[in-house]
Amino acid sequence: MSKKDLEYLINRKDNQYEVVIGLEVHAQILSESKLFSSSSTKFGAEPNTQVSLVDAAFPGMLPVINEFCVKQAIKTGIGLNAKINKRSVFDRKNYFYADLPQGYQISQFKYPIIGEGKVILDMPSGQKEVGIERLHLEQDAGKSIHDLDPQNTFVDLNRSGVALMEIVSKPDLRSPDEVSAYIKKLRSIMRYLGTCDGNMQEGSLRADVNVSVRSKGSKDFGTRCEIKNVNSIKFMQMAIEYEANRQVDLIEEGKSIDQETRLFDTKKNETRSMRSKEDAHDYRYFPDPDLLPLEVSDEFINDLKNNVPELPDDKKKRFIDEFKLSQYEATILVSDIDIAKYFEEVVAKMGKNKDIKLAVNWITGELFAVLNNKNLEISQSPVSAKNLAILVNLIKNGTISGKIAKTVFELMLDGDKDPQKIVEEKGLKQQSDPKAIESLIDKIINDNREKAIEYKQGKEKLFGFFVGQAMKASGGKANPQLINEILKKKLQ
Amino acid sequence: MSDITKQSLTELVENIKIKKLSSTDITKAFIERSEKSKELNAYITDDFTSALDKAKKFDQKPNLDLKLPGIPIAVKDLFCTKNIKTTAGSKILNNFVPTYESTVTENIWNEGAILLGKLNCDEFAMGSSNETSFFGNVQNPINKDLVPGGSSGGSASAVAGQLTPITIGTDTGGSIRQPASFTGTVGLKPTYGSCSRYGIVAFASSLDQAGPMAQNVKDCALLQEVISSYDTKDSTSIDFKRNKYSKELTNNIKGKKIGIPKEYRVDGMSKEIEDLWQKGIQYVKDCGAETIDISLPHTSYALPTYYIVAPAEASSNLARYDGVKYGFRAKGENLIDMYEKTRSEGFGAEVQRRIMIGTYVLSSGYYDAYYLKAQKVRKLIKNDFDEVYKKVDAILTPSTPSSAFKIGEKTNDPVSMYLNDIFTVPVNLAGLPGISIPAGHDSKGYPLGLQIIGKAFDEQNILNIAYAMEEKINFKNKITDWWIK
Repeated sequence: MSKKDLEYLINRKDNQYEVVIGLEVHAQILSESKLFSSSSTKFGAEPNTQVSLVDAAFPGMLPVINEFCVKQAIKTGIGLNAKINKRSVFDRKNYFYADLPQGYQISQFKYPIIGEGKVILDMPSGQKEVGIERLHLEQDAGKSIHDLDPQNTFVDLNRSGVALMEIVSKPDLRSPDEVSAYIKKLRSIMRYLGTCDGNMQEGSLRADVNVSVRSKGSKDFGTRCEIKNVNSIKFMQMAIEYEANRQVDLIEEGKSIDQETRLFDTKKNETRSMRSKEDAHDYRYFPDPDLLPLEVSDEFINDLKNNVPELPDDKKKRFIDEFKLSQYEATILVSDIDIAKYFEEVVAKMGKNKDIKLAVNWITGELFAVLNNKNLEISQSPVSAKNLAILVNLIKNGTISGKIAKTVFELMLDGDKDPQKIVEEKGLKQQSDPKAIESLIDKIINDNREKAIEYKQGKEKLFGFFVGQAMKASGGKANPQLINEILKKKLQ
Repeated sequence: MSDITKQSLTELVENIKIKKLSSTDITKAFIERSEKSKELNAYITDDFTSALDKAKKFDQKPNLDLKLPGIPIAVKDLFCTKNIKTTAGSKILNNFVPTYESTVTENIWNEGAILLGKLNCDEFAMGSSNETSFFGNVQNPINKDLVPGGSSGGSASAVAGQLTPITIGTDTGGSIRQPASFTGTVGLKPTYGSCSRYGIVAFASSLDQAGPMAQNVKDCALLQEVISSYDTKDSTSIDFKRNKYSKELTNNIKGKKIGIPKEYRVDGMSKEIEDLWQKGIQYVKDCGAETIDISLPHTSYALPTYYIVAPAEASSNLARYDGVKYGFRAKGENLIDMYEKTRSEGFGAEVQRRIMIGTYVLSSGYYDAYYLKAQKVRKLIKNDFDEVYKKVDAILTPSTPSSAFKIGEKTNDPVSMYLNDIFTVPVNLAGLPGISIPAGHDSKGYPLGLQIIGKAFDEQNILNIAYAMEEKINFKNKITDWWIK
């Protein structure tokens, strides 16, 4: 496929449109406590049980920065190959809402902690670089619950003050697929770093999506619309598709696009206007006088740099060099830190005489199929890396055939059983004694003399028949290679 | 008994230590006088019953090693006190009872003091006359018709009227020093970062600072020693070496260089103030210090700068009073309606005025012209001080441009009210320490104060200068107890 064929374009009569997308990703920092208080951040607790006086904005309460969250943001910045700003400033973003106890959100406006960086995406057409504009620290708001009572709204402040990283991309994305790849890559990097669990169901990762369209080939940006708070990759893709087409339709009708904030209705699969540019909030940003500018030393940054684990791009390169994996295989194996960990553990447990290709096939084939079926993460795999390594070794050293291995694998699923034991207990060991196989084959040829003659006369298709008979006679345990060899000799 | 309340803090502490007086004796005396002094309206909330219990408890097992052993103290109602209503002088917090204690008051109780009650103040400390309090204006013990100054008006009135041996106020633009000056008492605004802001209802975070208000400089030094502490709960608290201010207090200021800024000679300042200032210059010279004419060129910009920075921060700090979580809530048709009614009914006129000014100067399109510019000017004002402190150790100025004015005199003229802060505001903008001491009387017999401004963290030096001057001035407050029937 040429690169051209992979371009995402919207076609109308004589015109082709390109879609320009930029994302503002809100990633919840993996941290025991909140950005400016010591309350717990655990998900799913009873409403208002994880709220300190600071989180509820009681009179005279003051924010104190959580150093761990600062480290997490810097680590993420390192993972995004970004500039770490040694001085950043917390600002107040002022607006009234029932679940915003302070009446302002503490964020970073003018001077974010992380500056420009980049992320590399592996697309079918090749690698694509996506620019990062900035990453800043901010507090999450609480949650308003409108559907518990016809009259009242309830407020849960458990989330109030939880640390978020807002990661702003440059408008470098051009298709829903690139958006998907970008989110997955960002998620992967943060999970490698342990800075965000990337759990979209729990809201740990959500995004505002900026979409505009322009005639193919144009260098100017069109008017953009921002789709607020989309919380799954699928919805992001649907929202972009809808929104881009809506904008193209407007242009085709000779109408103009209003810059506005829109909401994605997941039930109706459409975006709707939330507020226009004229109605946009005036957030009255100003430096938070309760907090001093955040200053970090070179030493502080270098210490974090030196402790950054191997990240997906480096790991992939190593897998290709060290294990001779294909680009494709390596991409899959490094896409998630837990998969990479599993794979590396299998490799380690296989010992000296290992067949890495075979292991990769088993992980990406049989194991992924099972995980998919059971809707499990690899961290919940019913088969441990250790036992999968043993299984692969059993195939490699000829103890069992690939076919028997599938039977053994099925049995391993129930309680992560040791494949060695299964093979012994069920007597599934491959028959590799040439004499036994020879006598078995002699009997089959004897019983099917006519077919043997036909074969010898040139009906080569019958070879398969003999293999099948021999296998059947051995209860599937005979070494298929030996069967082949001996049959060939005997039927000459 | 009545002479107990006439004693200074230092005397009371001494008398407790030599067991001449018990905490119960002292506490009873101040409660009795406070109860007879309702007309001053100095208290918003009293805690007399439990104060007496605590005093008795203290006497059963007195710890005389503490700095404030069994001393009853009333504090400004801007400090959050655990289980005691804390209103900030506002209707919007009229039902608010904190479950926590401010660091400053905690420090005081840890040294053995006992809470007498919460003292009246301008609403959210916004005012210079204590007339913006939801709980009514406070009267100046000097004269029935006079305001006590503000915003720590209740605190000043209570110390001058001897309802508490000592107290704490807060000072954002002069709220300790101006009322001290109006009531013939001593008030210290410490260096920004010296006293923790944790648990103090915020007005303007970058300017707010708690400080002691006392009958004399030594008492003031002792309380400063107690309340100043490094606090990790306040990110703007500063970890510096804190002196034992009362122990290290000395009247030897020989050779100290004291700056006299020409820009503080403002238009329309009365001759009485000018004369007082000249007298002050003579006093410091008599103490062996040297005076030097200096210039703080950006002084005239301080007041407009302050009235941008302080309202800007206040507009954001007061956003939390929305009727949702605590405090007063008005009924509304919907969320917005509830907000509007709660804040319209809950805040008084002056607070609303400042919220509006603050919201305006932070608005997009105006931010650069007002807030950003004000921040730049603020830096210039600080630079002025940094520059002169290369040549002098402290600066001497009047505390206020006039003596206490009449109740109601300036309530309809906010700008004339704001002008009261003209000498005190630059100190807050620069984050410096400043102390006001009573230095004389005007022709009507009302007290007048002089202000000594120090280098950052140099409280000891200005306390020493004040201590030396106090001896020379030998000020006697003219209080007739007119309010006691």
